[in-house]
Amino acid sequence: MERILDKSSIDEVLKVYPARRDSLVRLLQAMQSKFGYLSEEVMLAVADYLNLSPSSVYSVATFYAQFKFKPAGRHCIKVCYGTACHVKGAGKVLTELERKLGIKKGETTPDREYTLETEACFGSCALAPLVMIDSEFYGRVTPDSAPDLIGGD
Amino acid sequence: METFKLKIDDRQINAGGGDTVLQAALKAGIYIPNLCYDPRLAPYGGCRMCIVEIEGTRGFPAACTTRASDGMVVKTYGPQLDRLRLDTLELLLSDHPTDCLTCPGNQRCELQKVASFLGYNQRSLKPRKSDHPIDDSNPFFNLDRNYCVLCARCVRTCDEVTGINAIELINRGDESRVSTFAGSRLAESECRSCGECMVSCPVGAIHAKNSPVATEETATICPYCGVGCGIYLGTRQGKIVSVRGNEASPSNRGSLCVKGRFGINEFVHHSERLKSPRVKKEGGFESAEWEEALRIAGDKLSGYKPEEVAVIASAKATNEDNYVLQKFTRAVLGTNNIDHCARL
Amino acid sequence: MGLNSLRKESIHEWNEVLNPSRPQIFVGMSTCGEASGVVAVNKAIQDGLEEHGIDAVVNKTGCLGICYCEPLVDIIKPGKPRISYRSVEKTNVSGLLKDYILDDNPRPDLALGAWGQEFKGIPDLFELDFMKFQVRIALRNAGVINPENFSHYLARGGYQGFEKALDMDPEEIIAEIEKAGLRGRGGAGFPTGMKWKLCRKSRNFPKYLICNADEGDPGAFMDRSLLESDPHSVLEGMLIGAYAIGCSRGFIYIRAEYPLAIKRLKIALEHMKRHHLLGENILGSGFSFDIEIREGAGAFVCGEETALMKSIEGQRGTPYSRPPFPAQAGLWGKPTNINNVETWANVPVILEKGAGWFNRHGTEKSKGTKTFALAGKVNNTGLIEVPMGMTLEKIVYAIGGGVCDGKELKAVQTGGPAGGCLPLAKLGLTVDYESLAEAGSIMGSGGMIVLDEDDSMLETARYFLAFIQEESCGKCVPCRTGTRQMLAILDTFIKGRGKPQDIETLLSLGDSIKKTSLCGLGQAAPNPVLTTINYFRGEYEKGINPKLLRAKAHQ
Repeated sequence: MERILDKSSIDEVLKVYPARRDSLVRLLQAMQSKFGYLSEEVMLAVADYLNLSPSSVYSVATFYAQFKFKPAGRHCIKVCYGTACHVKGAGKVLTELERKLGIKKGETTPDREYTLETEACFGSCALAPLVMIDSEFYGRVTPDSAPDLIGGD
Repeated sequence: METFKLKIDDRQINAGGGDTVLQAALKAGIYIPNLCYDPRLAPYGGCRMCIVEIEGTRGFPAACTTRASDGMVVKTYGPQLDRLRLDTLELLLSDHPTDCLTCPGNQRCELQKVASFLGYNQRSLKPRKSDHPIDDSNPFFNLDRNYCVLCARCVRTCDEVTGINAIELINRGDESRVSTFAGSRLAESECRSCGECMVSCPVGAIHAKNSPVATEETATICPYCGVGCGIYLGTRQGKIVSVRGNEASPSNRGSLCVKGRFGINEFVHHSERLKSPRVKKEGGFESAEWEEALRIAGDKLSGYKPEEVAVIASAKATNEDNYVLQKFTRAVLGTNNIDHCARL
Repeated sequence: MGLNSLRKESIHEWNEVLNPSRPQIFVGMSTCGEASGVVAVNKAIQDGLEEHGIDAVVNKTGCLGICYCEPLVDIIKPGKPRISYRSVEKTNVSGLLKDYILDDNPRPDLALGAWGQEFKGIPDLFELDFMKFQVRIALRNAGVINPENFSHYLARGGYQGFEKALDMDPEEIIAEIEKAGLRGRGGAGFPTGMKWKLCRKSRNFPKYLICNADEGDPGAFMDRSLLESDPHSVLEGMLIGAYAIGCSRGFIYIRAEYPLAIKRLKIALEHMKRHHLLGENILGSGFSFDIEIREGAGAFVCGEETALMKSIEGQRGTPYSRPPFPAQAGLWGKPTNINNVETWANVPVILEKGAGWFNRHGTEKSKGTKTFALAGKVNNTGLIEVPMGMTLEKIVYAIGGGVCDGKELKAVQTGGPAGGCLPLAKLGLTVDYESLAEAGSIMGSGGMIVLDEDDSMLETARYFLAFIQEESCGKCVPCRTGTRQMLAILDTFIKGRGKPQDIETLLSLGDSIKKTSLCGLGQAAPNPVLTTINYFRGEYEKGINPKLLRAKAHQ
């Protein structure tokens, strides 16, 4: 993930997409994957590029759960909260991870190492409960095994 | 325009090509409760108050999003419709304060109108307390989200009528609210204070800071610029207390800008406003009659060469007046030294 | 210009896989495989082959749906059947390779089944309870072929349906789909042929085609698995649909949470471009069509078709009222045809084998098969495809192997958050659009969660309602505020503080929300509560505050 250094790194992303309204969501996704979150600076640049009002961009960005407005941690832990995972104890897994990291879901650890989130469903229900760390999936996680996924202590 | 007939509550109604069921009913004097409908805006269908029954159609379509068609048979009330509307109203009110008397929307409030029409009398769901801070940063109107019913009329007006999009809905579901970019206060946003959102707001969520009720209204033209927007000046005890756009006026169709809507009474009633020509005598200005003032101006102007004179025209004068002024400057005074305050 | 010569080569290549001259190994590489550690297993296979000096080909494959046995590895030795090994671990894989490939011991202890025959004490895979009641039409290639290999798809009859379609009149194609009785697999069950016909009729151009892969129901993973395992079946269906309707541009709207499916779709689209199945003048037919992938951004409501189109347009994904239907005015106000992933996957087979072959399966009103994601407290979890009209009982007990740990079944939840919980007494119900709706649930997209005696129905209802409440777009009052109010009342029952009259409040409020909400999301939001009150009222009564009950008794 790059920190925003100058306008040119934003422009690099912009120029990949045509300056049309229907590029908006894709552009926000591309910006987030490059910078980790949507800063005001980025949203203003997108608005300017697509000739939209900044609040229209903000309105769309806040509608979708994927977009973040604060920098996230280096690693992103997502606990699946789909039905099957729920039935098989995802709640306890989440509680255990919250305890271990000392943060609540949606938060980032003070050292910016981990962000803890829940996900609607990864669609791997047969292996519930499921946890995703960055792009790796872990199936049949238990409250006991969950802390080991993070390592340390 | 093609017209056709449909039946609403057993009455035969005439409707035109583009009419929705709600528009056809309202035109015929049949009230169907509604909140998110604004004739200037595209149909929305969010408040679900205007649900009706239509023969041959499943369920309860919203009258505002259903096109009227030839031979349609519509029912706007009945035991089930009444109950469904009351339930929806109850849900709305469970998110809404009930301090109507001190609400700035009192008496103009469309939610009040709907509630009294439906005979709402008992709260059964647990109300939610909301304590959004009031945004009072704008000099002319406040945004109080505690009264907001999320009909989106303000944000749709800011989009469809003014094209500014200073405010939009943000977040989703129960967390939805009206917001500027990144949640800044109105005064720090793209908002141009035209107040169109305030006009569209059916409740007291966006309200003028100071709005006594006028006792009399006079149709006139906004004095601010050459567009010539039709307005109604509301007066009370000889003073202008309100301005509203005239929907029948072809130049503005009811819309106004910040100057026309909020800037008239201040300058009209300003203590320093010039009401008669003034002439400089013995070091100070004194009021004069037009005849005297024009004579002095004429005499003095005759004493200058054309290149020694310049004229400034005013945006507050009409197009026609400005035309005559530039003609006078070029043809009579013989100079091209004329400019206009709008360029400043 | 056709695919004939390419198909011939492909069949040759595929035969080399099935009847190989050197061993072929298949590793089930889909998301569920990954979650159970297949990446490590794959590496262990490479290491094992090197260690034992075995010359074998390792293929990626999709998902057979036998999730409870993941990671799954298949081996074909020359002249031997394909054998599937279950729950393979990185620690035992080297031994397996040595034992079977070098020492000819097929390790029945590790095997799940042999394909199409019994083999040295290993049962026939397709005679296993989990497999034998299934009819795999949409999933015909899933777990069989390498989803990233175009030849495999082609060799198995791929794009034959499309080539046949190109020789037909568009109206004939639509008539064939109508005759097949195919209905939308996204949940609502609208007749697909009729949908196409409406869109074809419109004289407004251009027309758009959309594949709805925004599989948001928690507990549903049919579309993910299908796209990961056999993307071409869906793309071929879209191609046929586009030709029949007259669409020039197509979109696949897919959840961003499905990275592997997106990757495989991209690979498949590249294949199509390379072989003139996309772009201008497809296969020299004069028909032109393009497909773009659009990723969702985390909004369940975007599975609703009007919201989905708004989202593609770059707007907030809020639904709007129909009519006008997408077929008349959809994306950018142009005629648009939207079908779900599974619906598209059925289309090529109908063209290839004929409507008569397809509609032999299923019931009178619900033709063909339906995939279900069987999960929860059931022994054999996985992805299954069964003929419409099979009973829930057969699915849960015969295919699913019954409830885990010998517990009692309490309910089966079908249809995701918009569906309902059906009790033990309803297990005789057949799964088709009509009977599930009659029982107060819905077919939905195909999630099926088994709940046992330990599961609280109030908690289950709360889970779904809370999900919907979080995902409500907020546009209309009943869904935005009504779901929150229902949730608040439900919570009083869960805490044992319910008011006796509030069971009725939930029922009447739920009824109002169903009847007045703008879109399908709100119209179905109360279902989990309404069905649990209907079938498990006792649990709600247990949640009533005892003091209030006593007070009532005194009155």
